Amino acid sequence: MNIEYPRILPTGDRALTVEFGNEIDEKINSHLMGFINEINRLKIKGIEELVPSFRAVLIHYNPGVLSYDEICHKIKEVLANPFDDVGHRKRIVEVPVCYGNGLGPDIEHVAEHAGLSVEEVIDIHSREPYLIYMLGFQPGFPYLGGLDERIHTPRLDSPRLKLEAGSVGIGGAQTGLYPMESPGGWQIIGLTPVRCYNPDKENPIPYNAGDYIKFVPVDYEEYLRLKEIDAKGEYEFTVTEG
Amino acid sequence: MGIVFNKGGLFTTVQDYGRMGYQSSGFHVCGVMDRHAFWVANLLLDNKDKEAVLEFTICGPTLYFTSDTVICITGGNFDPKINGEPVLMYHAIQVKQGDELEMGFCKSGTWGYIAFAGGLDVPLVMGSRSTDLKCGLGGLEGRKIKDGDEIEFVKSVKTLPNLKERFVEAVEYGQEEVEVRVTMGPQDDYFTEEGLKTFLNSSYTVTHECDRMGYRLDGPEIEHNELGADIVSDGIAKGAIQVPKHGKPIIMLSDRQTIGGYTKIANVISVDISKLVQCKYPQKIKFTKVSVEESQTAYHMERERLQLLNKRFIHKRFLARFFSRWKN
Repeated sequence: MNIEYPRILPTGDRALTVEFGNEIDEKINSHLMGFINEINRLKIKGIEELVPSFRAVLIHYNPGVLSYDEICHKIKEVLANPFDDVGHRKRIVEVPVCYGNGLGPDIEHVAEHAGLSVEEVIDIHSREPYLIYMLGFQPGFPYLGGLDERIHTPRLDSPRLKLEAGSVGIGGAQTGLYPMESPGGWQIIGLTPVRCYNPDKENPIPYNAGDYIKFVPVDYEEYLRLKEIDAKGEYEFTVTEG
Repeated sequence: MGIVFNKGGLFTTVQDYGRMGYQSSGFHVCGVMDRHAFWVANLLLDNKDKEAVLEFTICGPTLYFTSDTVICITGGNFDPKINGEPVLMYHAIQVKQGDELEMGFCKSGTWGYIAFAGGLDVPLVMGSRSTDLKCGLGGLEGRKIKDGDEIEFVKSVKTLPNLKERFVEAVEYGQEEVEVRVTMGPQDDYFTEEGLKTFLNSSYTVTHECDRMGYRLDGPEIEHNELGADIVSDGIAKGAIQVPKHGKPIIMLSDRQTIGGYTKIANVISVDISKLVQCKYPQKIKFTKVSVEESQTAYHMERERLQLLNKRFIHKRFLARFFSRWKN
């Protein structure tokens, strides 16, 4: 089937989907995020909420303010004019991680599987920032792209019933972190001392789709220190523009 | 000044319109299943249209009132009684301190609602009082109500003017087949001609696997084309009809996940979600295709009906205020 992107798809009477492609690709995602920035900038009356995913965005709107024809017209106008992709303006959120140390029980297995030392695994995993394609599955769960092939590791044969909130892991070709306690089948290589899910904060999740996450290795002492700061609600994530 | 739950009921939660604005971070919207019943209950009490209510299913709660107030019961019929005497649904009801409201087993429909003049005082979490059971967020400590729980009212409203005029005709839920209107898409191009025909020409049965997250239906398998049943995951709207590989529809509702990877053949129009969620096993559902324009006309008609009802009360409210001022 030959499809021309971007395209608008009806999604009930209160939403529509704009698709920018049909694969998981940094360029497509960057174009999509640029489109979302543009829609946000225009502050179109009647648009209620945008839900980005890998290569599409679900736009919720109020049909009492905007009809389907009207919103389609506005979207086509935005699409017809060039807008900035976000690829050249990276917002990088640093997430401290204590690797191994009993907090990442599978790190030796990941190292063994890769034929590398634990230090090398940590170095590779924390070297480059990862693009957040989208958030979902649970609040703040980031779908990250770009895990180095050398440390791809199959999931556990049988998932653990309970992963601690903040667990950082590898599942096949993906890496990410579980902001909330949850069952899960990923290889857990570390734990972040700070909460990436905090409903008491104005921004309950410290990062958005389209941002990058950079894992910063910390030792056990620093892990305990940061955990204490976070428990008092005083931890501020380091954010850089790259 | 509030209520004590002598019995929590089987599955009672605090819900409002839903937690909007956080889906992009992966938060479920939650909120009431039947928005029509919710709106009408609040409207009859002069409440804000998004005031939190109690929602329950299968077997409702039993409440003890620690102060006078006015309530309204809507949605499915749970045989409501105050101090053992049956009371009317879709009517504003004066209750007194010490009264006991008992909701029984569900006689018709699926979800029942009680709204309170003055509202339920649970914390506003991220703009909403809705209970998100998966995250343990909102409502009463992020969980369902249990025996002995207490909830205060936001403000004291001991009575309301024109109580006798505050009613509308009750919505009745039968056992017969229900017509549910849908708009096609976003992934209707993942199905064969035959598959689309099957979807629109067959009756589907509501199964036991129905909850706040979604309703699984049973019936003839809907055939996918060569593109298959899986997509690169994208956002899920309320009322989205997912068809996984097994070919049976699953309708995504209040507690749905924000993103999913199954094809969505169509979307139930927002006006018809109320009657859909009040269906139960083994009731039959038939889908009817409408255009997006028609679905939005239906939306406008529903809003107008509610606004008309609201106007009826605004007029009364104005007169009541005028006379009370004149008397003073």
